[in-house]
Amino acid sequence: MNINFSHRQSAHCESGVTANLLNHYGLECSEALVFGIGGGLFFAYAPFIRLNFLPLTTFRTAPGSIFKKAGKRLGITTRQQRFKNPVAAEQELDRLLANGCPVGAQTGVFWLPYFPPAYRFHFNGHNLVVIGKERDEYLISDPIFEQPVRCASADLRQARFAKGALAPQGRIYYIESLPGNIDLSQAIISGIKDVCRVMLSTPVPVAGVRGINFLARRIVKWPARLGEKRTLQHLGHIVRMQEEIGTGGGGFRFIYAAFLQEAAALTHNAALLPLSQRCTVIGDNWREFALLAARVCKGRAKLVPTVADLAQRLEELAVAEKSLYQDLQSAIAGYSIKGRE
Amino acid sequence: MGMNPLPSRKLVMKKEDVPQHGGLTAGCREVNYAVDADGNYSLELSVGWEAKNATLRQAWEAIVERLHLVLEEINAGHKSPLAYHMVKNQMDVSLLAQYSGFARWRVRRHLKPQVFKRLRSAVLTVYADLFRISIAQLQQVPDQPDLCIEDMSSSGTPL
Repeated sequence: MNINFSHRQSAHCESGVTANLLNHYGLECSEALVFGIGGGLFFAYAPFIRLNFLPLTTFRTAPGSIFKKAGKRLGITTRQQRFKNPVAAEQELDRLLANGCPVGAQTGVFWLPYFPPAYRFHFNGHNLVVIGKERDEYLISDPIFEQPVRCASADLRQARFAKGALAPQGRIYYIESLPGNIDLSQAIISGIKDVCRVMLSTPVPVAGVRGINFLARRIVKWPARLGEKRTLQHLGHIVRMQEEIGTGGGGFRFIYAAFLQEAAALTHNAALLPLSQRCTVIGDNWREFALLAARVCKGRAKLVPTVADLAQRLEELAVAEKSLYQDLQSAIAGYSIKGRE
Repeated sequence: MGMNPLPSRKLVMKKEDVPQHGGLTAGCREVNYAVDADGNYSLELSVGWEAKNATLRQAWEAIVERLHLVLEEINAGHKSPLAYHMVKNQMDVSLLAQYSGFARWRVRRHLKPQVFKRLRSAVLTVYADLFRISIAQLQQVPDQPDLCIEDMSSSGTPL
């Protein structure tokens, strides 16, 4: 029982999964569009949350929120379930598949055997679509990979019930029905407003543009506080969070620039085009930041003077991002009330 | 519209600039976003970027280093072989407790060599199944860390 599902590879797992599910039900949309409507862009440096013993730096919103928000903004009826019992979780998945429904699932990367070993860390926010089952094997459309993959049911069960931070608890989600009439422009505007709001006015200093400045202030203190070796590990961790599989490069800034480009055409708002280009430049500057940090990690650049340079680049990025979101707000200001129920 | 205060140190991410530095990904290609000659965004496949490979390698080197340390402790008789398999699977006591279902204080006890030696096979089976090895493998450790990550050594790509 395999569902005829068109697999498209994408950069980011959750927006790719959401876009592929929407396409399956006849709503043509790209990964970037879903990422933007779901308000996926973010920044936070949260040293009190640890991932592999290192502080969390994130460039996107929490796992699950893109699917939820994109669904809500497009007026789509979605459903999600969590389970206590792995057997019940598997039965429900099989029942949905038997009904011809492709099912999104949150999983832990560590337990997925088809991942290259070098990528298998305890990260529990990975999303994929289960599209079929043959005997004891699931057929999976994992948007990170070029082709659909197979996975033994025991492995998928383990991955769905991975433990630790962001434990998926067998979470599955799927689309129940699409409305007859979808207002894409309205969804796009809400998505942009959401990103501007969290990036400019999140009340905690670790998130949004203030989070970038916070990280800049912390980075310069690392060599004295942590010693050279730990500092290098901390820097490397930021680069991995920014460039790891699933970001599309530049900490999601390139995906967002692609979204703004599409949004300009779909909402007939030419003011978004130069903003898309600025977002690309911001992405390039994040790449340069990562390149310099990686050079330090590899011993190609001296730690102490370079850390100050890295902090300065972050401060510049904070200024550039702040002005981008402010200009985005004014570019969409005219649309803000139209069509709100 | 405000001016973009970022100095444009180089041109924007172009299709032909998408890095193709192999290594670590075992031949998997991933999607990168880049602009074509007309300034339109498109999806490009990349086999990797050295900045990323370098930091990924760094993360594995940290794990290998922890494995060396834990092997020393085991050989000195301070820790049980369970400690090695825990670190190899990137777990700490808290995560291992969640996966095994044992309380943290019990996991901590099982990390002591004297306690581990006398564990019942029912307890050993839980750990062995979790790590997907046999009980015999669980009870021993290699001389050198045995992580099977391909191409851990630095590739020749300049950075």
